[in-house]
Amino acid sequence: MTYQPSALQLQREDAKRRASRRSTFIALASTLAFGFIITAVVTGAQGYEKVKASFFNWHYAKAALPSVAHGLLLNLRVLVMAEFFVLLFGLLIAIARTTTSPVLYPIRLLATIYTDLFRGLPLLLVLLLVGLGIPGLRINWIPNSAVVLGTVALVLTYSAYVAEVIRAGIEGVNPTQRQAARALGLTQSQTLEHVVLPQALRNVTPPLLNDLVSLQKDSGLISVLGAVDAIRAAGIQTAQSFNFTPYLVAGALFVLLTIPLTRFTDWLTRKQDARQRAQGQW
Amino acid sequence: MSALFEVKNVRKSFGSNLVLDDVSIDFPARSATVIIGASGSGKSTLMRCMNLLEELGDGQINLNGLDISAYGVDIDAVRSQIGSVFQAFNLFPHLSVLDNITLAPRLVQKMKKEDAETLAMSLLSRFNLADKAAEYPNLLSGGQQQRVAIIRAVATNPKILLLDEVTSALDPVLIAEVLNLISELKSEGMTMVIATHEMGFAKKIADRVVFLHHGRVHESGSPSEIFDNPKTQELKDFLGALHQAGRL
Repeated sequence: MTYQPSALQLQREDAKRRASRRSTFIALASTLAFGFIITAVVTGAQGYEKVKASFFNWHYAKAALPSVAHGLLLNLRVLVMAEFFVLLFGLLIAIARTTTSPVLYPIRLLATIYTDLFRGLPLLLVLLLVGLGIPGLRINWIPNSAVVLGTVALVLTYSAYVAEVIRAGIEGVNPTQRQAARALGLTQSQTLEHVVLPQALRNVTPPLLNDLVSLQKDSGLISVLGAVDAIRAAGIQTAQSFNFTPYLVAGALFVLLTIPLTRFTDWLTRKQDARQRAQGQW
Repeated sequence: MSALFEVKNVRKSFGSNLVLDDVSIDFPARSATVIIGASGSGKSTLMRCMNLLEELGDGQINLNGLDISAYGVDIDAVRSQIGSVFQAFNLFPHLSVLDNITLAPRLVQKMKKEDAETLAMSLLSRFNLADKAAEYPNLLSGGQQQRVAIIRAVATNPKILLLDEVTSALDPVLIAEVLNLISELKSEGMTMVIATHEMGFAKKIADRVVFLHHGRVHESGSPSEIFDNPKTQELKDFLGALHQAGRL
């Protein structure tokens, strides 16, 4: 015998469909109203025409796009390198901070000082110290390219943030998991690798990706060292025309660059929530 | 006259897995109904459907003759009339015992803080937990935590109490203290639905026992009918397995 939905169920599903159509309509109407108000306020402002001319000029936007996009390629190279090393160092520092052996005390201390220092220092200051200070030392074998040193500065700062996120993940794994692994005879490091870290990293993936999105955007700061990235390229254009539209073009490209990662983060968070609900944690 | 709480033709599936298949059970006021069945028989899903934590696939649930599963019913208002306690105690770790109990009366029923605390203290002293009022949950034994969870559920004065395997995570001594509390609530006339593997307790407290099998009400009746004269082979097998495991 096949199942036929009851009249009651059909009625309930119908009501749900109608409510969902109504919500869609309300969302649409409120979005339109909101957009209308914003547009009215902005275009009604006294200086609107002037701001429009100096920030939203289509002609300058088109002219600036090739060189700004070319600069963005540099940002891409920098951030891929930086993301790789940030994750690597962040992981190592986090592990160093969560060790308990007395022999490793100096490493723990060093890792703690490092994270305290670089989480506190403004990124701009680190960029200037590394980018201008290190070449000033005149050590031959250290490259003095703005791109390399800018990347180093980004890695120094962001490794500290990422290390703290990963550490929170490691400490958030239930201690009984560690005990269960040790009880099975796994060594300290086997426990970390096979039991603790997989759970820790899964739990902190959303905040971790959040830091990476932030890093992508901050890769634009290497322009202060003179590297011709998207921001710098826009600055060069602006200096010629005294029109700020190129900066806006660079901004738009950075947003486009981060959107895939932010959407991925959202998707991952939703998936984790769904899994927790499926496990009946309520 | 309809029963206080009615589950009517309820159906629920997760994907292609049919978990509840046309389940209908009446729960008369002041009665204790015990639901038994193997793991995966649909007990927990039924309990979750009864307080609307799961959306029904079909059928309806009536409280006082009112269809609470109908579309557009204020679920929050309904839930405050249905007390629920579960296997994992789910006490709020950041609140003291007293605050755990007074939270819902204060926020949901808008009770004054003093009144809510008076109520909570009277419940706690009745069940010999008054000295734990200021403690935090992590300092209590499992049995104490579960008793606090039950007190928290009845503090909102619900019309019916759902207890889903509330003793499964406890050792025998702690089980006894939790079961005593449940018996006392029953003697005060609380309507309750109990999903449990404690068959001795089921025999003692149940007005009626319902045996779920593959998502269907396979057999139901008084404790003596179910435990002493099982009619179907499935129930005989289930009771036999419990017997072998020393649980009966």
